Amino acid sequence: MQPLQVIRSKTVVMASTNIDTDQIIPARFLTVTTKEGLGKELFADWRYDAQGNPNPNFVLNQPQSKGSQVLVAGKNFGCGSSREHAPWALLDFGFRAVISSEIADIFKNNSLKNGLLPVVVDEATHAWLIGNPGADVTIDLSTNTLTLPGERRIAFAIEAFARYGLLNGVDELGYLRSKLADIERYEAARGW
Amino acid sequence: MNPRTLFDKLWERHVITESADGTALLYIDRHFLHEVLSPQAFEGLRLTGRKVWRPETSLATADHNVPTTARKLGIADPMARAQVEQLARNCVDFSITEFGLDDQRQGIIHVIGPEQGATLPGMSVVAGDSHTCTHGAFAALAFGIGTSDVEHVLATQSLSMKRMKPMQVRVDGQLARGVTAKDLILSLIGTIGTSGGIGYAIEFQGSTIQALSMEGRMTLCNMAIEAGARVGLIAADETTIDYLRGRPYVPRGAQWDRAVEYWRTLKSDDDASFDRSIVIDASHVQPMVTWGTSPEMVVPVDGCVPDPGQEPNESKRNGMVQALSYMDLRPGTLIAQIPLDKVFIGSCTNSRIGDLRAAAAIVRGGRVAASIRQALVVPGSGLVKAEAEAEGLDQVFVEAGFEWREPGCSMCLGMNDDRLNAGERCASTSNRNFEGRQGAGGRTHLVSPAMAAAAALAGRFVNIAHL
Repeated sequence: MQPLQVIRSKTVVMASTNIDTDQIIPARFLTVTTKEGLGKELFADWRYDAQGNPNPNFVLNQPQSKGSQVLVAGKNFGCGSSREHAPWALLDFGFRAVISSEIADIFKNNSLKNGLLPVVVDEATHAWLIGNPGADVTIDLSTNTLTLPGERRIAFAIEAFARYGLLNGVDELGYLRSKLADIERYEAARGW
Repeated sequence: MNPRTLFDKLWERHVITESADGTALLYIDRHFLHEVLSPQAFEGLRLTGRKVWRPETSLATADHNVPTTARKLGIADPMARAQVEQLARNCVDFSITEFGLDDQRQGIIHVIGPEQGATLPGMSVVAGDSHTCTHGAFAALAFGIGTSDVEHVLATQSLSMKRMKPMQVRVDGQLARGVTAKDLILSLIGTIGTSGGIGYAIEFQGSTIQALSMEGRMTLCNMAIEAGARVGLIAADETTIDYLRGRPYVPRGAQWDRAVEYWRTLKSDDDASFDRSIVIDASHVQPMVTWGTSPEMVVPVDGCVPDPGQEPNESKRNGMVQALSYMDLRPGTLIAQIPLDKVFIGSCTNSRIGDLRAAAAIVRGGRVAASIRQALVVPGSGLVKAEAEAEGLDQVFVEAGFEWREPGCSMCLGMNDDRLNAGERCASTSNRNFEGRQGAGGRTHLVSPAMAAAAALAGRFVNIAHL
C-alpha cells in the first residue's frame, strides 16, 4: 500500500445517488484470483456499450476526466456487496479518493485497507462539489482537510487507526499480528 | 450495571482491546468462506508464509459461481472453475473444513451456517459477503467483510473495528394474510432508505418479530445491509433454541445446557437506550414490490409506479428518472399490470424450506403463464433440496412448469449461467434490484416467495392477500 498524504487533483463528478458496487464492478468480473488490472472493468456497464465500445456520454470516457484522482459521487456511494474488487478497480483506474455526503460502511472499510481515501462531507459542501465538476481540490490527510478553490477549507473525520495506516502505507495485518499475545490472552480467558 | 442493548452485550463480549476513539480489536468466533472473496486472502497468507490462526473456526463452501444444472459435468467457465478449485486447494492446504460440490451440505453460506448450527447466539460471525448480517437472526454479531479482512481473520482471528450505534426497529401487531418478513423489510427500507442504517446495528424487536420463524427472522436480518446497516439483530428466545437443538455443530449435553442459559440473556435490557428508534405497525404492512433500481424504490402491490414530478428532492428525483428509464416503466402504471419474462425463487434471502413451502402452496395445481420464459426454483442448500423433495415440493414446481435446480446463489447475481438477458424483466425473491444485478440490462422486481410464485402463474404481479 502506497503512503498517502496529499492529493491534488481536478474532480470527476458522478452525481447519481446510491451508486452500488455492482455498478462499480459487475459480478461477472469477480472470478479473478488476483487484485490487479480491474481498472479496465470499472463501471463496465456504464462505460461500454453491449459491443464493448466506450460510451462517449459516460463521464470517465470524456477527456476532462483523464488523470483525475478524486471522484465526487452522489449520496450512499458504494452500497451493496462487500466485494473489495470495488476499491481495487477504482485504485487501478487511478482514483485515490472518493468524496460523498454518505459512503456505505463496508465499501468505506475496504477502501481504507487499500489506500483509497473515503471523504465524507456535509450536504452543502457536497452540493457545491456536485455542481462544480472539474474543481481543483486538495485533500491533506495530515491535517484532515479538504481545500476547495478560494482556499475554502473543510475538515473531515477519519478513524485514527485507519489514518495512521494510510499516512504510513502500513498494512493493518502487521498491527494485528503485533497483538497476538493479547489475542491469546483473550482466548485463554474465554476458555478456548 | 447500566442497561445495555443486545448489540452492546455482543460487542463488549468480543473486545480484545479498545482504543480511546472507540476503535476495538474484535475477536471473531466463526468465519464462513466462499470462492469469490477468499482467493487473494489465502494468497496473502502464502506469500508471507503465515498459517491460519484457528482453522477449526472456519467453514467453507462454493456458492456464488457454481452451476445449478448438470453439476457432474463440472463448471464450463474456466475462470469460475479455477476459483472453485482454488477454494478446495486452499481449504486442504490450510486445514479448513469445506463442503464440496458433491456434498449434500453444500449451499449458500448464509443458509448452511444456521442449518448446521455453526452460527450460534453470542458468537461474532464474519464472511466475505455483505449478507452475513443474516446470521444476526440468532443474536450473533454478524457482518460482512472484504478480502483484506478475510485475510486478517484467517491470520489473527481478529479485526480492527469502529463501534456501531444501536438502532431499534420495533414491530408490533399481526401481519396480514399474504404479508411476509420480506414485505416487512422492504417496507422498512422504503421508509428509512438504503442509507438510513449507515453506521448502525439494527435490532428488530416486538411481538411481530417474536412470532416469526427463524427463517422469517433470517430474511429480515439478511436485508439489514440493504438499509445500509452492516448488522441486523434479533434477541434469542425459545424459537431460536428450538431451531438449533440437535444440529450438527451445536454443543452437546451439559455444554448445551450452559449455552442455553447464556443464550437466554441475549436480549436488550428493558430500559436500554438506542441512538435511533423506528416503530412499525405490522397490520399496515402490505405485500411489496420494488419498481426501481434500489431496494428503497418500493411500493405495495396494489400501488402504481410513482411520478418523479411529485418528488421535491432533486437528487432523489433524478434517481427516479434514471431508474424508470432503466426499468422501462412509466409513472402511474399499476404494479399489477407490469408484464414479466422470468421468475427466480432462491438466494440467501428466500431459499429455505419455509420459503419453498410458501411458494409451492401458491403454485400447487397451477401452471406457469405462457408468457413467462423461465421460472427457476433454486434451493439454498442440498439439505433444503432433499427436504423439499421428501415433501414432494419439487414435483409441485416441475408439474407447474418451473425448473428445479441445484443449490447456489444463482440468478441473484448472475455469476453462473443463470442470468437475465438485456431487457428481460424478472420477479425475484433475492435482495438487490441494482442495474444489471441479475445480468447486464436485466430488470429486477424484488418480492416475497409467495408473490414470485403467484407472478409466475399470472405472468404479472397479483395481490396475494386476495388469493
